Amino acid sequence: MKILTGNDLKSGHVVWWDGEQWSKFVNSAADVGDKGEAILAREEGARRVFAAYVVDATRDSNGVRPSHIKERIRALGPTVRLDLSLKPGDANAGNWVI
Amino acid sequence: MYKYDQYDQQMVDTRVAEFRDQVRRRLDGSLTEDQFRPLRLQNGLYLQLHAYMLRVAIPYGTLNSRQMHLLGDIADKYDRGYGHFTTRQNIQYNWIKLEETPDILADLASVEMHAIQTSGNCIRNISSDQYAGAAADEIIDPRPYAELLRQWSSFHPEFLTLPRKFKIAVIASETDRAAMKLHDIGVQMVKNSAGEIGARFFVGGGMGRTPMIGPVVRDFVPLDQLITYAEACLRVYNRYGRRDNKYKARIKILVHELGKEEYTRQVEEEFAHLLLQGIEPPLAELERIKAHFTDPAFDPGASDDLDLSDPDFRLWVERNCAPHKQHGYIIATVSLKPVGGIPGDATSDQIRLMAALARDYSFDELRVTHAQNIVFPHVRKADLYTVWKALDEAGLGIANLDSIGDIIACPGLDYCSLANARSIPVAQKISERFGSPEKQAEIGELKLKISGCINACGHHHAGHIGILGVDRKGVENYQLLLGGSEAADTSLGQITGPGFDEDGIVDAVEKATQVYLRERNEGERFLDTYRRIGMAPFKEALYD
Repeated sequence: MKILTGNDLKSGHVVWWDGEQWSKFVNSAADVGDKGEAILAREEGARRVFAAYVVDATRDSNGVRPSHIKERIRALGPTVRLDLSLKPGDANAGNWVI
Repeated sequence: MYKYDQYDQQMVDTRVAEFRDQVRRRLDGSLTEDQFRPLRLQNGLYLQLHAYMLRVAIPYGTLNSRQMHLLGDIADKYDRGYGHFTTRQNIQYNWIKLEETPDILADLASVEMHAIQTSGNCIRNISSDQYAGAAADEIIDPRPYAELLRQWSSFHPEFLTLPRKFKIAVIASETDRAAMKLHDIGVQMVKNSAGEIGARFFVGGGMGRTPMIGPVVRDFVPLDQLITYAEACLRVYNRYGRRDNKYKARIKILVHELGKEEYTRQVEEEFAHLLLQGIEPPLAELERIKAHFTDPAFDPGASDDLDLSDPDFRLWVERNCAPHKQHGYIIATVSLKPVGGIPGDATSDQIRLMAALARDYSFDELRVTHAQNIVFPHVRKADLYTVWKALDEAGLGIANLDSIGDIIACPGLDYCSLANARSIPVAQKISERFGSPEKQAEIGELKLKISGCINACGHHHAGHIGILGVDRKGVENYQLLLGGSEAADTSLGQITGPGFDEDGIVDAVEKATQVYLRERNEGERFLDTYRRIGMAPFKEALYD
């Protein structure tokens, strides 16, 4: 599947396109098929996100998983500071990125 | 230390106001990201993996306690309670909000700090010896010359759009503690046969994807020609440095491709031309700057005695302290490398504690080292135990300077958008594997440096043991290098062979240390043994 990611203009935080708006959770990411570039152009123009791009990912019973480790770390947060990640209570969250 | 005059302060304040307006225009849509990006980068604001990152300049790594205290407050007020001290003697904040950035810059300006020229193809923050002004082995304090170069290079209209970024280091002792020969320009303050102070110029060093050791292009530049000679070096580079290929744009490539002799000839020609232009600032300006770097009011009767009856304190003194030029004083390094910790990170409370200790016990001064530690440059020996106790209670009393636990590591793929692999988890595993004081004492001096990509922010080329993280089809892989050094005996590490996975590289480091322990002669460091016996025994242990 193709998903969209970028950074929130004001906060800089990583966000994912859920089909209607931007979410901080990669599991909310929608498959945009071949419409990615058009959505990005519209959203960047609206100054909601910047530095946005299309990412390859897969979806299984555990949720959406970006194909590249860099995107998985973006989706989680720093593996060495899980207290600052999106899963601060999960000591094994870092294993998901590997 | 240097204090801003009205011009310095006005320049910084004006830049804050300018950037505030640029941020406003970005947020209201007047500026696109393509238009805004170079503006934010000129103010040290990057986009990293998770958020905006702000890099704050710490000129030649020198801070007073008020500045350090504010760095802790910024971590709390605008970030997530910590900062990361870098291999350029700067500090970075990883979770900055765009709309708050002008306020951060205004706060920084209130203590004579900024983030100008911490990014972009310009002359970056000038680094120096963290023991400057305190070291027993320096011929002169290098910081006034670093400051003069800082003032010359700040907003220099000719050098704001160089072919590539440009880094300068200034030292003044034979013991190189600033990786000087691995800079675009390394300046070593020296004395000539007449006893006059001048500058030796090394040009064309660097790390990155094409590591090179800078050759000497001029053995002695008189003090009243220092800026003119630096200008000549930059002019030749600015004119002929490659702009067509980012990876060949650093001055090291120009010096290498022209050859040292031809580059030097062109610089000398430009230098002769510039001497006629009269661009050198008057020596009175250097004297004005020097007046900011006079010695603090040392107590001439300070005792040289140290009570070393506490064994943990004794270990810290032996490992982390260095001789001071002044009787009764000592230089103390605070390691930001606890076992299993993140190299270079400090919490806001730790930052403020170090600020308070510097205020009370180090004549209000601190230094940031390129090895991501903090130095108290002027501690009275009678106060040292009090300082260490306070540090130790805050988790900062670690005795591991220049040992295998004192690892330089770039932020790597945990934070950096350029990285290919994570650096910090590898550093943590190695520091845990070799965490015991006994193990570190047995191995002795071993400088281990880790980079998460070929850009080499973790100085892996210059580690006695270096580790380079690479991307192998989406999987992290780590190459091992041996034999690098960034000290006076600068050398570049050699890759041992095929890389390892995350756990494998930790085992590989252990095997390399075992070869050293087996083969070393009396008094040899890891690096000495490697240089004597060569790569073969290490490769045999690693791959057979």
